[in-house]
Amino acid sequence: MISVTEEEVAIDPADYAQAKINKSLSSKDKIGLLREMLRIRRFEQVSLKLYNQGVMAGFLHLYIGQEAVAVGTISIMGDNDHVITAYRDHGHALAVGMGMNECMAEQLGKATGCSRGKGGSMHFFDPDKNFWGGHGIVGGQTPLGLGLAYGLKYKGLKGSCFCYMGDGAVNQGAYHESLNIAALWKLPVVYVIENNKYSMGTTIDRSSAMRNCLAERADGYGIVWDIANGEDLYEVRAKAQNALERAHKHSLPTVLEIDTYRYYGHSVSDANAKKYRSPEEIERHKAHHDPIHLWQKRLVDEGVMTDEEIEKLDESIKNEVNAAAQFALDSEFPAPETIFEDVYWEVDNNTAAGSTGRHFFGD
Amino acid sequence: MPQITYRKAINDALAEEIIRDENVVIIGEEVARYNGAYKVTEGLWERFGDKRVVDTPISEAGFIGMGVGASMLGIRPVMELMFWSFAYVAWDQIINNAGQVRYMSGGRIHCPIVIRGPANGGTGVGATHSHTPENFIANTPGLKVVCPATAYDAKGLMKAAIRDNDPVCVMENTLLYGETWEVPDEEYVIPLGVADIKREGTDISFIAHGRAVITALKAAEILAAEHGIQAEVLDLRSIRPLDEEAILRTVAKTHRVVLVDENKPFCGVSAQIAAMIQEQAFDDLDAPVQRVCSLDAPAIYSPALEKIQLPTPERVVYKALQIL
Repeated sequence: MISVTEEEVAIDPADYAQAKINKSLSSKDKIGLLREMLRIRRFEQVSLKLYNQGVMAGFLHLYIGQEAVAVGTISIMGDNDHVITAYRDHGHALAVGMGMNECMAEQLGKATGCSRGKGGSMHFFDPDKNFWGGHGIVGGQTPLGLGLAYGLKYKGLKGSCFCYMGDGAVNQGAYHESLNIAALWKLPVVYVIENNKYSMGTTIDRSSAMRNCLAERADGYGIVWDIANGEDLYEVRAKAQNALERAHKHSLPTVLEIDTYRYYGHSVSDANAKKYRSPEEIERHKAHHDPIHLWQKRLVDEGVMTDEEIEKLDESIKNEVNAAAQFALDSEFPAPETIFEDVYWEVDNNTAAGSTGRHFFGD
Repeated sequence: MPQITYRKAINDALAEEIIRDENVVIIGEEVARYNGAYKVTEGLWERFGDKRVVDTPISEAGFIGMGVGASMLGIRPVMELMFWSFAYVAWDQIINNAGQVRYMSGGRIHCPIVIRGPANGGTGVGATHSHTPENFIANTPGLKVVCPATAYDAKGLMKAAIRDNDPVCVMENTLLYGETWEVPDEEYVIPLGVADIKREGTDISFIAHGRAVITALKAAEILAAEHGIQAEVLDLRSIRPLDEEAILRTVAKTHRVVLVDENKPFCGVSAQIAAMIQEQAFDDLDAPVQRVCSLDAPAIYSPALEKIQLPTPERVVYKALQIL
């Protein structure tokens, strides 16, 4: 079993800025990371506004507070690294480079949406950007992430699959089955547990038995695990890089638990601070542990950006989001006949296999 | 023409497709070194090695989901379920992931996966091991399901299923694995969604799938020998896609129908076929559509009763005589 490498040990845990993956960042790169986090936050704030206006159906699971996890981990990825996540998927979608227009339009169920209005907020996909969703069932994506890693290894590609999940998903059987197979077959999958402390309205101490942390359960499978502070972008990147290298160089899995916090409810319709946590707890995180504010402060301290430049960047992002919202509002709903499209590949592509027998029933 | 078993026919289909396409990989419990719990994959690991024939732990949700994920990347996994009854622990992976991911991605993703294994009662293994979930699968747009009744069909349908770019569930039958049929040496593929007349007749139509086709054929022989009645037996072969035209043709020809179905009657495959016939061929019917299904209780263990719980030729004959 590959344990923590010498290089990993050599990093001063107090200063992940010195990790190789972070030292190589240019000022432009650092500003880019801020831009990505701000884009997620502003996108979701406008999404919430639209939801409250009643133009969006179903659920809205906001990622606000967790932005450094998706942005930090995805920022280190290369051409053969893949991403799959659960229903709190806007952050990962934007971080892999999906456009705001198509994401916003999807939430409104419009034909211009990334899934042509068929998936909604929980089901964003863009395989061209190695992004495989957006999955609605807690833990259901964990075997799929395993399969993407299996596929990469089968094809002989040096890559990885980062499979994201919440702390509530760690008690699903499919996840444990996946860990067993990942270890058994040495598959390059990285399970990223985004531990925001609450599985819907149930606190972690009421849902998960553990010794010290959730990732430590990986010990039982002989899988290397680590834990990271999700408010520190440098630390997230450094520890994700270790996992990525373990996948690339040794074709081995990792469980990486990232400590984080969501400001809004499990979905925006839940009781949130009224039932299972205090408003003070949320305010404390916003004031002292916000990953975007901390990164902004870091960039100012490092002399990368001034407060005015940050303000200007934020304004441009707000404009981008507002334009995306307008695009979504102005877009058409899908035509009724599209209900029967995208069900079967063979039918959509008018192949011989798609033309024998009846595929759809009823009227 | 050579006579081979249903089991060997599937084995040949798997071997030919492994050779034809480097992305085809056989995955499941005991499929490699053990040669398959029912010996369907016998010899494949020895011939093709660790990469192409892979033993899994007993983890249906884990390995079926893994196959779905790999198929999204273009691998063509052929997943064996030791019994389709075990699919229920992998249901989320089959229904939500294999079945819905194309739709929810607006057509950006597809899953060329095959999930195969036996789905039948009649073997004295009790209710947990005797499920026939083709109706559940057929109720899920996005999935396809076929139920071959003969070695010839099993081979041709399996090859079509592996080449198909959508998820296909192949439901086999342990009671048929050892039965033999004529299967040509030359390569052939049977398209999904094409039914087959297994016996020509003029007086009444028996419509069936899977092993119920064999039951219907036996009933047709009894009717011919004892009553001088010529029954036509239509084998659906594929449930979804469904060959509706073949059903309508045989109804128009004989005007009387008995549906034979090892599903339970409530919301079983034959319920869909009956609804379709009354909607589209009402004027062709000279009598109400009859159904012979498994008796509507969990699969019983007792061998004496299990035999009569499944459709029998005698029950089919009885129902036929009611409407002749």
